[in-house]
Amino acid sequence: MKPERLAAMRDAYGEALVELGATNSRVVVLGADTTGSLKSGVFASKYPERFFNVGIAEQNLVSVAAGFALAGKVAFAGTYAIFVPGKCVDQVRNNIAYPGLDVKLVCSHGGISVGPDGASHQQVEDIAIMRSIPKMRVVVPADAVSTKAIVKAAAAIPGPFYIRLARPSTAVVHEAGFEYRQGQAAVVKDGGDVAIIACGIMVPEALKAAESLDAKGVSAAVVDMHTVKPIDSKTVVAFAKKCGRIVTAEEHNVVGGMGSAVAEVLGEVMPVPMRRVGVMDTFGESGEAGELLRKYGLTSSHIEEAAASLVSSPN
Amino acid sequence: MENVQEVVRLKEVARNTRKLILESLAEAGSGHPGGSLSAVELLVALYFHVMRHDPKDPSWPERDRFFLSKGHAAPLLYAILAQAGYFPVEELMTLRKLGSRLQGHPHMGVPGVEAPAGSEGIGLSLGVGVSLAAKLDRRTSRTYVLMGDGEQQEGQVWEAAMSASKYRLDNLTAIIDRNGIQQDGLTEQIMPLEPLAAKWRAFNWNVIEVDGYDFSQLLDGFDLAANTRNRPTVVVAHTVKGKGISFMEWSPHYHGTPPSKDNLSDVLSELK
Repeated sequence: MKPERLAAMRDAYGEALVELGATNSRVVVLGADTTGSLKSGVFASKYPERFFNVGIAEQNLVSVAAGFALAGKVAFAGTYAIFVPGKCVDQVRNNIAYPGLDVKLVCSHGGISVGPDGASHQQVEDIAIMRSIPKMRVVVPADAVSTKAIVKAAAAIPGPFYIRLARPSTAVVHEAGFEYRQGQAAVVKDGGDVAIIACGIMVPEALKAAESLDAKGVSAAVVDMHTVKPIDSKTVVAFAKKCGRIVTAEEHNVVGGMGSAVAEVLGEVMPVPMRRVGVMDTFGESGEAGELLRKYGLTSSHIEEAAASLVSSPN
Repeated sequence: MENVQEVVRLKEVARNTRKLILESLAEAGSGHPGGSLSAVELLVALYFHVMRHDPKDPSWPERDRFFLSKGHAAPLLYAILAQAGYFPVEELMTLRKLGSRLQGHPHMGVPGVEAPAGSEGIGLSLGVGVSLAAKLDRRTSRTYVLMGDGEQQEGQVWEAAMSASKYRLDNLTAIIDRNGIQQDGLTEQIMPLEPLAAKWRAFNWNVIEVDGYDFSQLLDGFDLAANTRNRPTVVVAHTVKGKGISFMEWSPHYHGTPPSKDNLSDVLSELK
């Protein structure tokens, strides 16, 4: 196995913003007292006239961003994931999604890998909330490389986005040339017995699980379902046909998340046995990221176990 | 002081606006007369005297922009936009009907409507974003946001107020339709707002209090707002819920109850 290279999605976000700032004068960036942490501060030092910190006022953050979009700007707004869907569903729905405005909500600290801050800061419901809002696109990048590509691509695609990043530095899975194609999942590894469909930091875990399964004679595919909405139904159905078994893996509640979105496709088009790996409808707690991921069932061995149980159970 | 003929002209537009509001609501069979009738003169002053706008070119970049934050006053906004020439006046009679552009609360599909509205407390933030963008682009266009008084109970109004004074948005004017009544009763009983002007002063806004039915005061107030530098202005307009129709005035019941079609001609005969 190749040694893991770690990188922070937040750094990639900051780099993408600076590059966008140079090429697109319509880009403005807004933050809410977490701009150092989100690395949008890098944009602020380069383009201070296009950067706005509204303080600890997330609802105002979202609606002011909508105002910029109404005036023809491409507005990137973000803070920690716990604060944006949770405190601002009304503003996201009525100010951004309903009129279909060019606001890109980029939020860090998604999932329980936030760590010691505890359950109050561990956002495991955002995918469910955001994907239930019409016109909203929901993207959960797997690593820093794809984060940068996705943020830059989102600037060029009109309309609202929710992009969810993780707090820790995480394993890089994509090559430097990664290209984001809206609504098209990235097949990271092919396989024939079981397909693991993952998003966010569960993609590198899925890869580890697949390599271990391969060594045991089970051929496992890995799909990076970075775009949860609109979901790539074609790829879901293709792997359901090919493998006959699907495991989903996400750092999110199993209720309403990416696994649910995959189940919706399978249920209507191609029902096959599936297992969902995710947070089992519970709140998190304080602890280091690695400890929490182990305790809440979000590691490669949990994915491997789910895949193995599918392969061994009679269809 | 504006000239007498101009005030006579504006009063005539106001009278016709009330007529269109009541007719469209009676035809719709649901909707909000009280807070539409209370704010008529405020919008007449803006759209027929103060604002730079072009009904033939609703997306003219240099236009002044108006945001209705109290979205339930949609019948008022529609009546104003139709008379200004954004769409045919006859279309007002499709209000709230299936397939109509004139949704129960404003949305982007109506020529002249700048943003959707309906959820209270969020319009001023839109105004802040638009005003910041205007400064960034060095446009001289101004932004106007009409809020209800009950809406002042929403926390986001004060988040927006803080940010507007931080950024010294002298191109932004908020207007409060201070009619004293919200859906459940009197604002001062449901959740007291006073001292309201002092609250806005404490947030570093320029505060102008006017009689919401005196066109001279309104035009002078908007003029003063436009000539105030480095601070946003809020015009607190003292108004009457249901203004113009005796049984609707001061009545929380007519916040959300339309006039009946049966006695509409009697109701309209009250308009002076």
